[in-house]
Amino acid sequence: MNSLFPTSADFIRFAPEIVLTVVGTLLMLLEPLTGDGKGEKPQLRWLAIAGLALAMAAAIFAYGDPGPAFNGMLLVDGFGTFFSVLVIGTGLLTVFCAQDYLIREKQENGEFYALLLFSIAGQCIMATANELIILFIGLEISSISSYILAGFLREDRRSNESALKYFLLGSFATGFLLYGVAWIYGLTGSTNLATIQATLAAGGVNPRLLALSAALMFVGFAFKVSAAPFQVWAPDVYQGAPSPVSAFLSAGPKAAAFAIFLRVFTTAFGSMADRWAPVFWGSALLTMIVGNFAALRQDNIKRMLAYSSIAHAGYVMVAVTSHSTVGTAAAMFYLASYAFVNVGAFAVVSYVAAKGEKHVGIGDFAGLAARQPLAALVMTIFFTSLIGVPLTAGFFGKFYIFKAALDAGMVWLTVLGLLNSAVAAYYYLRVIVVMYTHEPSVAVNELEPASSGLQFGWVAAAAATLALGIFPSALLEFASRAAILR
Amino acid sequence: MMLPNAVPVSWYLILSAILFSMGVAGFLIRRNIITVFMCIELMLNAVNLSFVAFSYELKKIDGQLFTFFVMVVAAAEAAVGLAIILTVFRHRMSLEIDDVSSLKN
Amino acid sequence: MPESLAQQYFPLLVQILLAVLVAGGMVAAGLLIGKKVKNRVKEMPYECGMTPTGNARERFSVKFYLVGMLFILFDIEAVFLFPWAVVFRELKLFAWFEMVTFVVLILAGFFYIWKKGALDWTQTETSKAHKPPTALDLMLSDELEVAGRR
Repeated sequence: MNSLFPTSADFIRFAPEIVLTVVGTLLMLLEPLTGDGKGEKPQLRWLAIAGLALAMAAAIFAYGDPGPAFNGMLLVDGFGTFFSVLVIGTGLLTVFCAQDYLIREKQENGEFYALLLFSIAGQCIMATANELIILFIGLEISSISSYILAGFLREDRRSNESALKYFLLGSFATGFLLYGVAWIYGLTGSTNLATIQATLAAGGVNPRLLALSAALMFVGFAFKVSAAPFQVWAPDVYQGAPSPVSAFLSAGPKAAAFAIFLRVFTTAFGSMADRWAPVFWGSALLTMIVGNFAALRQDNIKRMLAYSSIAHAGYVMVAVTSHSTVGTAAAMFYLASYAFVNVGAFAVVSYVAAKGEKHVGIGDFAGLAARQPLAALVMTIFFTSLIGVPLTAGFFGKFYIFKAALDAGMVWLTVLGLLNSAVAAYYYLRVIVVMYTHEPSVAVNELEPASSGLQFGWVAAAAATLALGIFPSALLEFASRAAILR
Repeated sequence: MMLPNAVPVSWYLILSAILFSMGVAGFLIRRNIITVFMCIELMLNAVNLSFVAFSYELKKIDGQLFTFFVMVVAAAEAAVGLAIILTVFRHRMSLEIDDVSSLKN
Repeated sequence: MPESLAQQYFPLLVQILLAVLVAGGMVAAGLLIGKKVKNRVKEMPYECGMTPTGNARERFSVKFYLVGMLFILFDIEAVFLFPWAVVFRELKLFAWFEMVTFVVLILAGFFYIWKKGALDWTQTETSKAHKPPTALDLMLSDELEVAGRR
């Protein structure tokens, strides 16, 4: 039994969350004290960027001395650090990509940045949580902030509706997750993942009740990562939420949710993998099919990207199903590449959509290449990565995932997954064709040049996509080492 | 106070399961947003009951502490949720969940 | 010490019976002995003895909800004071610092809602210059205004 009093090592390992919370609170306090009423607060934006950068530095610094913190409640390891840095990076990218949008809607204020930082703090807790209750609290900090972000445009009907649906279905999922946690606590007498793992490996736990509680937790997690059959909320939420928020929601919270999903099901429930793998198999396949085939029929680009995000959750589910170190590493790599791509793609959407998000049809992207070549170019890079064309991050992501699936002997799932990605190519290519070959639409002709911050966001996301596509080995090596979860 | 023949813990767990199921059923059946929201709260409170029952059974205090966290999270969720419901109401003048369906393709 | 479950809960049963008897007895006595008068005043809803004003299904100012929500939050946060108070003696100074951190965060939230005007009940634009607005004025005028918008 460790001492009750935390040591300095505990605080260093918790430093990213502390930084995010302090800066977030500061942003919240400065919000009523600043501003000229024009809906533009660059000083708060830079404070948020500084806070996120500092948090990222703290997360990397904490990895210099990995280990458990606060009596094993948190565990700073390669896996946790990977996801902490990933979600903080997603947040940084979101801030750059959101600024044009927020200024245009006269909504740039401290609350947006404060909520973003709080949400990321919750996701960092999720990434390093080693205890079911801490995991739950992290998830809720992240989710509650996200609910408000989804409804950030108070005067917008779609944004309201998105927030309501996200809130109701998100809380519903939380209820399931928590009930599962309660049963695990009752069956094993602990909420610590390592203790649960040891208790379950030793046997003697009622298998039916154990399966029930694992199923309850699966429902909760599947909702959060939008895996079928619990994906229904995603299209409405991503379509209605402000575009930069959709970008963030489909990258940060999703990556963090997969982090806890992987950690819980490979450590605590690792010994019963043969029992949950078939369920995951079906869920992965269904998620891919539902996402890709529904995306084919969409004319609204945000809704299309939402279905595409469901499909990509399906690919990651394939990696989770393989239940191996290779699979976990592949999932990590995939989530990283997908996060940058998706934030970038939604950033271009938010740019073309213009004030009030009027232009979100696929036809509105017609002729984008002729008028705004940079926007069209980065969008092409993002979409080729989503298809999985070589030299982009998406190619290696898919490659590693299906390799892990084959290693685990899941030939059918691999074949069906590859067929799915072939179907997916159609709806991405359609947008690229429209951008390059059609006459410029009214929406595109009216576009004003993007600000330097937004352009930086695009280029950074595109550069990360290409860098991971051309030199994947560095990140993959780190992921492979970090994927050994205990 | 420990009575020799107190109500067995399984009764509490069964009650909790019933409450949780009522919450789930209500969430799926009910059409009024506030009622749906109350069903979610019912689910969370059912979980709290389970935590306390398990805590008693295991003779461990931490289960009771978890209920504090669940309560606080539920309160935060309630505040945010009611605020969201209010903004939805301001736009639609209705609390029927079927009226909130402008996002379709 | 009582033995069976039924014996343990017997006092509770007695109490329930007594409560039903007393309450039912009072209602029955009123019905049997009391005078039956029917007029408009008697039929009116009871509002602390005052003449009722307006419909009971009046829509309230959203500010009531806002204050209600804020109350829930700050009220529930206080729940953490209980476990803290239990272990305070053992953890000494450390517990004190922990609670200071907690309270500072809560105060930050309080400062925020205060500065945002969520606690401000006075009218800004439509206030009647000569007299402070009554609660009813607030209800009628800004029933759908979200408080705190500046």
